[in-house]
Amino acid sequence: MTLSPRMFRSLLPAMSLSVILIAIFYLQPRTMSYFGLNLLLNLALPIAFATLAQMCIITVNDLDLGIGGFVGVVACIGATLLNDSPLLGVLALLGCIASYAALGALIHLRQLPSIVVTLGMSFFWLGLALMILPRPGGSAPQWLHAIMTFKTPYIPFTIIALSVVALLVHWMLKVSAYGTILRGAGGNPSSVERAGWSLLKTKVTMYALAGCFGVLAGLTLVGLTTSGDANIALRYTLLTIAGVILGGGEFVGGRISPIGAVLGAVTLTLTGSFLAFLHISPDWQIGAQGGILILVLALRAIINRAETR
Amino acid sequence: MHSISSLFHHTLAKPWIWAFIGAFAVWLATIIFTGGQGAGQMLTAALSFATFSVIVGIGQMFVISLGPGNIDLSIPANITLAGVVSMKLMDSHNEMILLGLGAALLSGLAVGIFNYTLIRLLRIPPIIATMSSSFLILSTAIAYGRGLKIKPPAALAEFTTTHIYGVPLLAICIVVLAFILGVMLHRTVFGQSILAIGQNPRAAKFAGISVEYVRFCTYLLCALLASLCGYLLAGFSGGASLNMGTEYLLASIAVVVIGGTSVAGGFSNLPGIWGAALFMFLLVTMLNTFGLSAGLRLMLTGIIIVGVIILSTRSKQPS
Repeated sequence: MTLSPRMFRSLLPAMSLSVILIAIFYLQPRTMSYFGLNLLLNLALPIAFATLAQMCIITVNDLDLGIGGFVGVVACIGATLLNDSPLLGVLALLGCIASYAALGALIHLRQLPSIVVTLGMSFFWLGLALMILPRPGGSAPQWLHAIMTFKTPYIPFTIIALSVVALLVHWMLKVSAYGTILRGAGGNPSSVERAGWSLLKTKVTMYALAGCFGVLAGLTLVGLTTSGDANIALRYTLLTIAGVILGGGEFVGGRISPIGAVLGAVTLTLTGSFLAFLHISPDWQIGAQGGILILVLALRAIINRAETR
Repeated sequence: MHSISSLFHHTLAKPWIWAFIGAFAVWLATIIFTGGQGAGQMLTAALSFATFSVIVGIGQMFVISLGPGNIDLSIPANITLAGVVSMKLMDSHNEMILLGLGAALLSGLAVGIFNYTLIRLLRIPPIIATMSSSFLILSTAIAYGRGLKIKPPAALAEFTTTHIYGVPLLAICIVVLAFILGVMLHRTVFGQSILAIGQNPRAAKFAGISVEYVRFCTYLLCALLASLCGYLLAGFSGGASLNMGTEYLLASIAVVVIGGTSVAGGFSNLPGIWGAALFMFLLVTMLNTFGLSAGLRLMLTGIIIVGVIILSTRSKQPS
């Protein structure tokens, strides 16, 4: 059987995850268990949600440099308001999503550079998170912690959740009819507009979706850590871009892959454990993440070149 | 009288004037609040700190001028690496100052070459390339500089903190550097090539400009300026630290945009960078002076930056 370059390229995210997973299993066979996988993938769910949020923004040719701060705000709301007065907490979270949608509308209507606006917003989010929770602390609602530590039979909860989310978003953006329009708004905006679809609506939808995933990221994160911290997710910003790209997403043109993005996020989560099992200092964790990204991009460049030949 | 009014209109028509007006307004609001106290010191401090934003801002401006998708996200990591490498090499010895500068610039050179190699070989957007490389650069700096507590050479610390009648010596040097780079942008083939590529890369190519060579030099220049900033900043702030570059991701991009350079590329505005850098510093000073909490201060900074971007982007659109 010969693999076409196209097939090979779409299998790349799964292959890179397999390689790092097999390497971890080889280095530490005990991770190949229910308990081991649970520990390995502990933080994968929030990172995967944040990566999907970033992917929504990248779909419409924008970039979000404020998502880390936003996830921090949600985590702080989750550890305070949502616990103390649930109704107010839910309203605050809905407000967060609404403000993301409004951000999308603003960027579209005034034709603003998303990079600069979201970078400015990252200050706003960090400030807001500090206003809600000046010092690390608070506590996550019991039900949230219970969900995140739920023991499903046979297969760890994280793996089930990751698979369901990936397939759901895949259906939403890659299979459903409106999903095609949403991706088209990134691929060829003028033709989508000429076909009678509102570009404003697609942009607002994608930003609102990003807001939803950002909220899910923050809630799952605070459910795991059980307390909030304004700075908790700042490193997510660049990590999520890396995850989307690692998962086969392209920076322009609405070419994205939700399943790939989730796989990419998991791959990046695992690099930390991988280095630990190799007894390499955690100083090199982000370096290794960058290295994997460059390696996968290099493979993709080789495949693309083979394709054009 | 006529010539004065025409000069007035001519000056107002320059897009960079707004950044300076903004900086002045913020400064005025602060000294009205303090009743005139510390007005001079505030300006001195603003010039000192703005200098570093200006150094990286100019590099970022050259890169952004190349057109959509061109942006250097590796600046913070680059600053940190240059700071760490030079401080470690100089080990507080005065006679090593020039060698330290050389080492910092060499690390910047390596970063620039690496960035461009990724862009070219992997055919990926520069923003992804510089982000990937920044992961590696920062890791190198962290691993190399673990537990680093080296004071800068006394002479370097003095050079970066000296004032002449309230004007920082370093700011004067960087004004000269900015002037030279401004001349390069507007009067040399290289500078004009950058703008031509930003306006229309295809046309620039047909006009005989070696697009890839110009792009290479631009990313190299940006990386060199970032490493220079890292070296000077480490001298200014009493040593290198692992997060010394963090705030310069926003700063380098914001001063370019607020300073009136087009984000779409092809139109640069160098003087505006000074105005924008002063504005950004004075803004934070103002919010500090008003005694706001850290959270509220950050929120307002974010809102004001976004607001200024909305205003400055609108004024540039053809009416």
